Amino acid sequence: MSAVRRVLGNAVVQAFLVVIGLVWMTPLAGLFLSSLRSAEETAEGGWWTVFTSPGELSFENYSALLGNSGITQAFWNTVLISVPTTVLVVVVAALAGYAFAWLDFPGREPVFLVVVALLVVPVQIGLLPVAKLFGQLGLFGTIPGVVLFHVAYGLPFAVFLLRNYFAEMPKEMLEAARMDGGSEWRIFTRLVLPVGRPAIASLAIFQFLWVWNDMLVALLFADSSSQPLTVQLQSQIRQFGSNIDVLAPGAFLSLVVPVVVFFAFQRHFVQGVMAGSVK
Amino acid sequence: MTATLVKEASPPAPAHPDGARGGRLRRRGRVIALLFVFPALLLLGALVVYPVLFSVGRSFFDASGSEFVGGENYAEMFRDPTTLKAIRNTAIWVVVAPTLLTGLGLILAVLVEKVRWATAFKLLLFMPMAVSFLAAGIIFRLAYDDDPDKGVLNAAVVSVHDAFKGSSSYPTARARDGEGLTEEADGAYVTGADVSPGGTAAVLGLVGVAPKDLPGGAEPAAAAAGEKAGSDEVRGVVYLDFTPGGGGKPGVVDREESGLPGITVEAVRGGETVASTTTAADGSFRFAGLGSGSYALKLPSSNFAAPYDGISWLGPALVTPAIIGAYLWIWTGFAMVLIGAGLSTLPRDALEAARMDGANEWQIFRRITVPLLAPVLTVVFVTLVINVMKVFDLVYIIAPGPVQEDATVLATQMWLVSFGGGNNQGLGSALGVLLLLLVIPAMVFNVRRFRRSQR
Repeated sequence: MSAVRRVLGNAVVQAFLVVIGLVWMTPLAGLFLSSLRSAEETAEGGWWTVFTSPGELSFENYSALLGNSGITQAFWNTVLISVPTTVLVVVVAALAGYAFAWLDFPGREPVFLVVVALLVVPVQIGLLPVAKLFGQLGLFGTIPGVVLFHVAYGLPFAVFLLRNYFAEMPKEMLEAARMDGGSEWRIFTRLVLPVGRPAIASLAIFQFLWVWNDMLVALLFADSSSQPLTVQLQSQIRQFGSNIDVLAPGAFLSLVVPVVVFFAFQRHFVQGVMAGSVK
Repeated sequence: MTATLVKEASPPAPAHPDGARGGRLRRRGRVIALLFVFPALLLLGALVVYPVLFSVGRSFFDASGSEFVGGENYAEMFRDPTTLKAIRNTAIWVVVAPTLLTGLGLILAVLVEKVRWATAFKLLLFMPMAVSFLAAGIIFRLAYDDDPDKGVLNAAVVSVHDAFKGSSSYPTARARDGEGLTEEADGAYVTGADVSPGGTAAVLGLVGVAPKDLPGGAEPAAAAAGEKAGSDEVRGVVYLDFTPGGGGKPGVVDREESGLPGITVEAVRGGETVASTTTAADGSFRFAGLGSGSYALKLPSSNFAAPYDGISWLGPALVTPAIIGAYLWIWTGFAMVLIGAGLSTLPRDALEAARMDGANEWQIFRRITVPLLAPVLTVVFVTLVINVMKVFDLVYIIAPGPVQEDATVLATQMWLVSFGGGNNQGLGSALGVLLLLLVIPAMVFNVRRFRRSQR
């Protein structure tokens, strides 16, 4: 009796989860199918009509998109913003994380508490003052400006994460290296970085996706020649409805890189997000 | 939550070599240490700490920054109707979204443990976390589109609605004046009370339907119009009183003229509907078994109702719930995975013992799982609150221009006021400071937790 109930209950649970899974897939599937349909077909009916009256799906929207220099330029800008940001955040935070964990300098503890406090500072509060500052420095509207802003606001979490990870290293390991006469720089590059690889990988992937997906920062700090894909697509939202044949493939193009990265490095990404959840 | 990745440990005290040589070494060590932290501290100081102080100061000055106005910007925040709306909407977001997400995440985390494909399911639900808010915004802007031929949600709503209530096929149809049909107040058409069983077929002509809008199976009505009714029946035909290309006579069923299928016809006697039927492919209808006497024929207004076109998801009333829906799509996986991680650390023995004692799954969930998970649930909830307060892109993308003001939240309002035409950087700074003040409890929580871990 109870076994029957359990089997039945399990079937209900499975069915429920399948439905939820389908609901979760529908938005992405809809976007993808929309991106394969011409403007005329989209005007006649939604993407779901391909199941009842299969029209012609083609990659023409994508080839049109790749022939659009504004879009391709924006795609490269996205790469030029997110890759250097990721590298810089990792390098700067690893240096600081090591110092906070193992080196002695005045004010180490209170300064680190400030870093912890900065974890939750919203980027909004930095927009206006940094825009003024960058205006004076000639960085406003440039890719280096966008990168620097992202690096600064990525640092509190990055330093926090790496400092805590490095502090876990066995003391004896470092002391042995120091006894052998290794300089701090040598210890950092030959010992600390290799040992910290898992944390650095999580941080790098999380940071890369965060910056790749950003719109707000670039909306303010990038001009039309340095704007990333998100901002370029956002500028076309106003005509929403008449340009789905541009927006849908554009959005799909912008999400294909993060989704591939996500599936390739899912464990690192999940850990990075979970560690960053105090942000 | 950092505990999922990092166990915090206290850094060891650095070695203190003795003597003058030791002193020199120590100084050298400090210089090296400062070189290591310098890049990070420079960036944090110049681009995070300084801007916070600058914004706080700027918030006490007027729009152009030339005049000190004290707390005026903060007072303005609670006077200006749009800003007030933003504060109210942010409050709705902060209460509704984290609650729904934590609840949904908890339910899914518990249920997914019971199936073998749990990992695949978790991956699928977590994936939207990798998608940008912009792409998610475009996805949901499309899904929420008002037009049931574009937005999948309205397509679903309309087909469910039409399945239960039926759809009217002839929203534009009307009768010619003086051809036997008169319009009633509610839009129905009715004949005079002069139709009797056994008479000739009643011909009810309508116009205003474009030939291309006729249903696919519609057939010419002329044959049916000529049929004679039996002694206890009323026959008739509803047709499109219009000959394509011209040449038809008003009020007469010409050869080419098509019947109008699917129209509801009622037989009315003394103000009461006594029978009801629907026209066939050639527009003909027939009431059998009517008592003798005279009847009026009525085409009720449901035939001519405007088509149901779904729910206005992105209208002023529903736009915030709609955007919260998109937010759920993105963050549910996060809540589920985090709660799932907590779930896997629960003592199996306690659950097994309860099961042995005959507790059912619901009791175990209520009495054991939820209380033991309380710390994890709190962390998930707090994390979501912090993130929800800063929500910007989704609102900015999904809310169409005219309803931006109805959907606005603190982060979008701060943007609009400072950069998007408002150009009031005093008020903008004050809104930024308000955002900062709202996350200060989380800041204190983080610092406290860190210091405790260091003892």
